[in-house]
Amino acid sequence: MSQTPALLDLDAVTKTYHLGDVPVQVLHGVSLRVEPGESLAIMGSSGSGKSTLMNILGCLDRPSSGRYLLNGNDVSRLSRGELAEVRNRTIGFVFQNFNLLSRTSAVENVELPLIYAGVGTRDRTKRAKAALDRVGLASRLDHHPSQLSGGQQQRVAIARALVTSPKLILADEPTGNLDSRTSVEIMALFQELGESGITVVLVTHEIDIAAYARRVIVLKDGLIKDDHRQEPERAAPATPPTPEVKTA
Amino acid sequence: MNPLLTFRLALRALLRNKMRSFLTMLGIIIGVSAVIAMVAIGEGAKAQVEKSFAAMGTSLLIVMPGSSTSGGARGGFGSQPTLTWDDLKAIQTEVTSVKSAAPVLRSSAQLVSEDQNWTTTVQGTTPDYFDIRNWSIANGTSLTQSDVEGGTKVIVLGQTVASRLFGSGDCVGQVVRIKNTPFQVVGVLQAKGQSPTGQDYDDGAFVPVTTFQSKIQGGLQKYLSGTVFVSATSAADTARAQTAVTNLLRDRHRIPTGVDDDFSIRNLTEIAGAQQEGTKTMTTLLASIAFVSLVVGGIGIMNIMLVSVTERTREIGVRMAVGAKPHHILAQFLVEALTLSLLGGLLGVAIGIGGGAWLAAKFAWPILVRPDIVGISVVFSAMVGVCFGLYPARKASLLDPIEALRYE
Repeated sequence: MSQTPALLDLDAVTKTYHLGDVPVQVLHGVSLRVEPGESLAIMGSSGSGKSTLMNILGCLDRPSSGRYLLNGNDVSRLSRGELAEVRNRTIGFVFQNFNLLSRTSAVENVELPLIYAGVGTRDRTKRAKAALDRVGLASRLDHHPSQLSGGQQQRVAIARALVTSPKLILADEPTGNLDSRTSVEIMALFQELGESGITVVLVTHEIDIAAYARRVIVLKDGLIKDDHRQEPERAAPATPPTPEVKTA
Repeated sequence: MNPLLTFRLALRALLRNKMRSFLTMLGIIIGVSAVIAMVAIGEGAKAQVEKSFAAMGTSLLIVMPGSSTSGGARGGFGSQPTLTWDDLKAIQTEVTSVKSAAPVLRSSAQLVSEDQNWTTTVQGTTPDYFDIRNWSIANGTSLTQSDVEGGTKVIVLGQTVASRLFGSGDCVGQVVRIKNTPFQVVGVLQAKGQSPTGQDYDDGAFVPVTTFQSKIQGGLQKYLSGTVFVSATSAADTARAQTAVTNLLRDRHRIPTGVDDDFSIRNLTEIAGAQQEGTKTMTTLLASIAFVSLVVGGIGIMNIMLVSVTERTREIGVRMAVGAKPHHILAQFLVEALTLSLLGGLLGVAIGIGGGAWLAAKFAWPILVRPDIVGISVVFSAMVGVCFGLYPARKASLLDPIEALRYE
């Protein structure tokens, strides 16, 4: 066991929702340690609790009981505002449906987290451009989401997740809306980020996608059923990214 | 997050739905422009009424002698001289709320110049009279105290009289005759226009009161056979001056309690006040209509903001996920509502002033745009935005980020 604190440290985390008067327990005590720089895939069928776990890991929700240390800080009992600050500073999100702001340029979408971090205009634009450059979209700064292909939109979303230099990137089915060729490109990008020291947590139900991760956790009925390490499959080199044409 | 950036983001969000934003603002625009235009017209009318009353003299009281009763026929005020020159002196010196008082003796007389004649009202008075009436000299000089003391034969003409006798030429230094007595014209008064009842103020001439008594009325008298014009120290003091003068004269005339005054005092401020009361009622009415329309406008804003929050639930979720705190979201929607209402208010001001000016030009109404009303309207519309924007903004800020992100 290393001396440095784990990036993610969950101890007997449970989550119970109250649908009316009926309590529904979704997580039954999940314990998990993820070291800094380690990347993993969380797998599970629908109803396994993987979305709930992802929400708790992403500080969008609080556990009902148990303890969650993120980067050594207990975040299990923080207020909404404090959680927002933790998300802003430590976590980047990538969603299945990209969740970009429509009618807003790529660079402005990427700037969004920096606005809430209180970064000044000039610095903000500079960092947003750098992040877009890193995902290979330097030439698409002023394009709106509707002018970009699915793969490009997901790259913008990844740039948005990256721009605050987070320790953790949480990707929820990031390839779910993409064709297989584009999916591989996106996975290559995630692998590259993982190698640069960012912890990438991938939530997926696709075996093919989980194959790219070094560690795979399988969730079933709110409990970790399997936790194994593997030699990850290499995704096709991401650089240089092939220019994509939007399919009309 | 700095306010300017919040404002810019709000503006951009509103510009994405230009038509909808405009329609949302319409309620506020109509409300504010109605207030501005109506108040401008109302104030214009009020200013005109005030001007015509100011021409009569501000804080003016007119003391008239009592009535005579002979054989059952009552003569009306002024038919019997009851005021004495000592009464006048007492009013001037003993009442603190009286600024000045001047006797006015009147007589209709024919004025004859070298080649013209004109019959008008000649009035004998003192220099104070012109102060009391706010009436200044256009040409030459006014009557002086030494004219009154010395009984000099000088005359000051009203504009109408001057033009009847001398045409457009300069008449200062010329001579007019009244009952064969030559009077030297020392000055011509500024044009004063008409009284509210249509009487021409400028058709008159003024001589020192002493000269009037000796040359026009004939013979010095103990009684002041005219009226006394009194000005109070301020418009607000007029009522107090009226009471004080009444008490003083009753006292001097030894009128026991329960017996009618042997004089009468007219207070012109009261008439002016009654006129203004009407305007005031009108303004209150307009203000309440405007208030209602602004509230309706506010409800419109709330409605659209609620739609906007629902429509942009996903956006709110994304913003929260990347680090927006509840107060950021609250501020964003509040500023949007504020921007809507403030822009509406400013547009309303522009349209109100423009519309008022157009009406003024078309119907020749005087308009008066009051800056304080403009300010109040803008501030009030901003307040409407904040009040009615608060609920939708709060609703947005309380959204659960997980559910907001999942919202379709």
